[in-house]
Amino acid sequence: MIKLTEQAIDVPQLLAPMRRPNSGAVVLFLGVTRRFTAQRETVRLSYEAYQDMAMAQLGRLEAEARERWRLCECVIVHRLGEVPPGEDSVAIAVSSPHRAAAFEAGQWLIDTLKQSIPIWKQEHWADGDSEWIHPSVETQTKSDVD
Amino acid sequence: MKLRVRLFAAAREAASADQIEIDLPCGATVADVPAALAAEAPTLAPFVERSLLAVNSEYAAPQSLLREDDEVALIPPVSGG
Repeated sequence: MIKLTEQAIDVPQLLAPMRRPNSGAVVLFLGVTRRFTAQRETVRLSYEAYQDMAMAQLGRLEAEARERWRLCECVIVHRLGEVPPGEDSVAIAVSSPHRAAAFEAGQWLIDTLKQSIPIWKQEHWADGDSEWIHPSVETQTKSDVD
Repeated sequence: MKLRVRLFAAAREAASADQIEIDLPCGATVADVPAALAAEAPTLAPFVERSLLAVNSEYAAPQSLLREDDEVALIPPVSGG
């Protein structure tokens, strides 16, 4: 199941259908907005997606994970818009008969999502600056107060 | 042929637009898009060098042929998660 949402991610609701008699293992990954990065304070992140492409590519990611590992359930939810510190920006939950497949698939899904899905985050720092995160591209943008 | 190229994140802000129209000759390929984009919006130059291009929601190889109704998008390095 794939979802992009502007609402807070409801983790208990997402986990409920994962526990089934044939699922011996459930692995959950949450990406959470971190308040401090190298002593610089983040007040919020905002996420933007190319939504049609992100949905198509996430669907392909789920399909590929199901081909590579024996999974019972596979859920990928990414939040868009503003995400304050301590809240979840992404949730990935996988269940499988045995734990090795669930751990491996969960790790592969978040690593591949971060490399290839067209979603971008913007850091809003406590000092008023904001910055789009584009690994390897210089993107320092003007301060909001400029 | 005229094509619209969708822009996101810092590239969208650099161009002050969420899409840019470019004009390419018939038979143009994805490889022709970066130079046309930078010519149309010079502030995009730092991005086109390091971005990928998508056509109709798929990452596209440089040699892919373009057609008039294709949806092209500039995909700067992603940072979801």
